[in-house]
Amino acid sequence: MISRGPRLITWQLGVLAEIVQETPRVSSLYFDAPDWPGHLAGQHVDVRLTADDGYQAERSYSIASAPEDRRLALTVERLDDGEVSPYLVGELRVGDKLELRGPIGGYFVWRGEEERPLLLIGGGSGVVPLMSMLRHRSHVARKAPARLLFSSRTLADVIYHAELEHLSSADGGLRVFHTLTREKPAGWTGYTRRIDEAMVKEVVWPTQDMVDVFVCGPTSFVEAAASLLVAMGYDPRAVKTERFGATGG
Amino acid sequence: MRDTHPLMGFVSRGFRGKRRDTASSARVPPGQYVVTDFPVLSAGPTPRVNLDQWTFSIEGEIDEPKRWTWKEFRALAAETVTKDIHCVTKWSKLDTTWKGVSVDTLMEGVETAAEFTTVFSDAGYTTNIPLDDITGNKAWVVYEFDGQPLHPEHGGPVRFLVPHLYFWKSAKWVRGIRLQNEEHPGFWESNGYNMYGDPWREQRYWGD
Repeated sequence: MISRGPRLITWQLGVLAEIVQETPRVSSLYFDAPDWPGHLAGQHVDVRLTADDGYQAERSYSIASAPEDRRLALTVERLDDGEVSPYLVGELRVGDKLELRGPIGGYFVWRGEEERPLLLIGGGSGVVPLMSMLRHRSHVARKAPARLLFSSRTLADVIYHAELEHLSSADGGLRVFHTLTREKPAGWTGYTRRIDEAMVKEVVWPTQDMVDVFVCGPTSFVEAAASLLVAMGYDPRAVKTERFGATGG
Repeated sequence: MRDTHPLMGFVSRGFRGKRRDTASSARVPPGQYVVTDFPVLSAGPTPRVNLDQWTFSIEGEIDEPKRWTWKEFRALAAETVTKDIHCVTKWSKLDTTWKGVSVDTLMEGVETAAEFTTVFSDAGYTTNIPLDDITGNKAWVVYEFDGQPLHPEHGGPVRFLVPHLYFWKSAKWVRGIRLQNEEHPGFWESNGYNMYGDPWREQRYWGD
């Protein structure tokens, strides 16, 4: 269980147990972390790398696994000019240890305790904390209706594609809407453009419903999505956002 | 305190890292890396601020609360400062240039026994900072970045700037300072982040 009051968030070692390549640039890393205190869907973890001369680099990554899952999963996009992500996606092997600290963050979280509709809007690897929420939702008994609008560059870049299909086909309460911004594959039935007003209006619930909204992705994507929701009448306080820039890991 | 001892000596197999040059490394706190762009981090949608209705206030434990309209605020003596900034999400940006009003200027003539403040913003954001950390040439209320009006994504028209603490303390869309006798945790401070937030002591989270 998560303690509610201040507590020390300590560094610990996780052991990489499994690597799942999600897309050409993105892999999920599953860790055995025996001292992991548990987390809420949407939280993140700090990762610290140490070179043999003591040089260190730290980054934060969203947690992809559900609180119920046995292993702690991170889904990491390899940024070619990055410092940490090329190590995590490329160098780190099953059996290697990684320093972790978390869970971090108490705001961009979904506890799954309420039946209020859940609206998730993700761009690229911004889907990762949203996936933790959907995986968590698949474990809870009373499921809030949920919709995910997920923007990817190309079909090959769609993270968790098969799992999202599986989750939504097995569950009438979950609908997944894809849009591709740089490709129009033959036979594709999803959207093929950047997120816009017409798309958001087709996907989201009317604003009179109380809806929990989580938006995560690159800055420009989040700005666009959050602004569209507010323009439609969504209460800005109900729209929780996480942004990441072009730089990072 | 950082809890490093249990893992002393741990080495990440195969990690070399990208070394920064030593000249700038002395300016980069532990666990941070330098960026050249300007990442945006906010907990919600970017508010659109109407300057006709904008005011900046100093209130709370103060005999006569102070309030400036946008026009009055812009008539105050301004300073241009160049500072390094450090975000708790690990990026640091060196030599950022801002223009705005020193909190010392705003606090001129204010008598208060308060030791703490809550800096508050549009959209309900708050952050708590000891009064001693925003006076004495340590904090500004800024409206220009790099010679340009501050962009809404970065907190425009007006944000707080307290560069010696992690950047979440530099509240975007700032509207005032509440002087308080006791310390009340603000938005991120209630959500797992450190009450003080000194980057050089890596005070990121509760308990650090």
